[in-house]
Amino acid sequence: MVARLSRMPRDPSTTTDGRPALRPQENGSREAAVSASGLVKSYGSVKALVGVDLEVAHGTVMGLLGPNGAGKTTIVRILTTLLKPDAGTARVAGLDVVADAAVLRERIGLAGQYAAVDENLTGLENLTMVGRLYGETRAEAKRRGHELLERFDLLDAAGRATKTYSGGMRRRLDLAAALVANPPILFLDEPTTGLDPRSRLQLWETIEGLVADGTTVLLTTQYLDEADRLATEISVIDHGRVIADGTPDELKDRVGGERLEIRLDEASRAEAAAQALASMADDAPSIDADLVSVGVNRRGGAIVEAVRRLDEAGIGVEDIALRRPTLDDVFLALTGHAAEVDGEDDRAAA
Amino acid sequence: MRRLVTDTLVIAERNLVRLPRAPELLVAFTVQPIMFVLLFRYVFGGAIKTPGYSYADFLIPGIIVQNIAFGGFVTALGLNEDLHKGLIDRFRSLPMARAAVLAGRTLADVVTNGLSATILVITGLIIGFSFHTGVLHAIGGGALLLLFGYAFSWVFAFLGMLVSTAEAANSVGFIAVFPLTFISSAFVPVKSMPSVLRAFAEVNPFTITVDAMRSLWLGAPAGNNVWGAVVWALAIIVVFAPLAVARYRRAAGQ
Repeated sequence: MVARLSRMPRDPSTTTDGRPALRPQENGSREAAVSASGLVKSYGSVKALVGVDLEVAHGTVMGLLGPNGAGKTTIVRILTTLLKPDAGTARVAGLDVVADAAVLRERIGLAGQYAAVDENLTGLENLTMVGRLYGETRAEAKRRGHELLERFDLLDAAGRATKTYSGGMRRRLDLAAALVANPPILFLDEPTTGLDPRSRLQLWETIEGLVADGTTVLLTTQYLDEADRLATEISVIDHGRVIADGTPDELKDRVGGERLEIRLDEASRAEAAAQALASMADDAPSIDADLVSVGVNRRGGAIVEAVRRLDEAGIGVEDIALRRPTLDDVFLALTGHAAEVDGEDDRAAA
Repeated sequence: MRRLVTDTLVIAERNLVRLPRAPELLVAFTVQPIMFVLLFRYVFGGAIKTPGYSYADFLIPGIIVQNIAFGGFVTALGLNEDLHKGLIDRFRSLPMARAAVLAGRTLADVVTNGLSATILVITGLIIGFSFHTGVLHAIGGGALLLLFGYAFSWVFAFLGMLVSTAEAANSVGFIAVFPLTFISSAFVPVKSMPSVLRAFAEVNPFTITVDAMRSLWLGAPAGNNVWGAVVWALAIIVVFAPLAVARYRRAAGQ
């Protein structure tokens, strides 16, 4: 067993207030924070993963987006050393998730979809316990625990058993527990599933703060708005494989970009309206009764221009809107089915 | 190794700190054993003939062994809960000694077992039990008790991870262990049982351990019972600790 001192998670790049300093590259290496290739995992006859490749750059947020049972949790469990893949390899922070598992655990934080805190311990006791299991002394662990409780707005509840906490408070404590050792890479498995909108927003802001401080985050979600807001890159997971990846905008572009939708006063003028707009559209305008729709991807002032043209042609407009495709559209286009949004565990399929 | 020791202590502390905050557990450790002592001493005791000893003297070593065997119940329920609430995942994602989760849990049982045994001895002293032997024998009896309880913690650790819910852990543990403790010399002399039960009771590790306790605390003829009890306890640990560890690896690695 390695001597205690070398296991200490003290990070030299930590600033005095305990927040991690920017660390764009670990040891100046150019290796990705997380990379996986050909991950395969089956539970008995159920194929959870059938060959997953991933790459997450330092300091970015990767969102694994997919419905229940897609394999998202299995990917996180492999990357956090909880599960060995049947085939394929993965490296996190430059370390192999199987061969270097013991060392890797000092460099990562994991917060799960269950708030994994001991209900009978207080908030501070939970964090102190985790700190000591990282090898800190009781005093160090307590100090760090206090710091985190303050940062997560839980100081008032520090001495209360966590079974009295609200769902949002537990989730924040769970996240705080994942941050005890200042990990450069953080794994969040459905961090906001089951939270009320306010707690959800709060948690998003916290995650954004961590990313601003230089933490690399890999999160799973079945909420499209969550991936849209937080993720730098998204990998869409379905049936145990990555079926698409790219930035949120790239994914949206794949289903056709922005469209201008104009509802006319009179359906009889639709042809005339289509003619007036044809020269500013990406494609032939489509007509559905009194609704005219034209592709105007990434063009500033499209609404103003359209209104001016229709006005000149003397066509009355009831309503006009620029419609950006949502990740819902992406999802539907890629998988042929809508994303399911019920808070179920995708391990259930295992 | 040092890491294993400190991590085990951290986990043991976690399991002890929570006790006073779970009133139902505290009742299980204190009120319930006292209630059983009183019931047996005053309700059944008058009808049970125990040649050579008062029923209070006869009863206390027996009921204490039964009670300590069930001390591991907390481990079964706790591990089951930890598995389902994601705490085991958290522990496994930490750079801690892996064996510490089970070792810490069973170590905490030793402390709670010591606590409930002390309460039982005090209750016993009040209702008429007394040590008939010297201090060393009395302490030896205490040590044997804790060893026996520790062995059963591993049985319960295994059971707790084998079944899917805490309720199931509860009933499986109860059904498996409760009859064992009664078909023994714990509450009545085995001579009073029908021949089939008696044959079973005579080889039952509970009988052997209870008889060993009676020899250490009351000076009853021991035969090979003291060493027999130690060997039984060690054998149970040798069988169930690896089973529990294997089960833990399987249950946690999914």
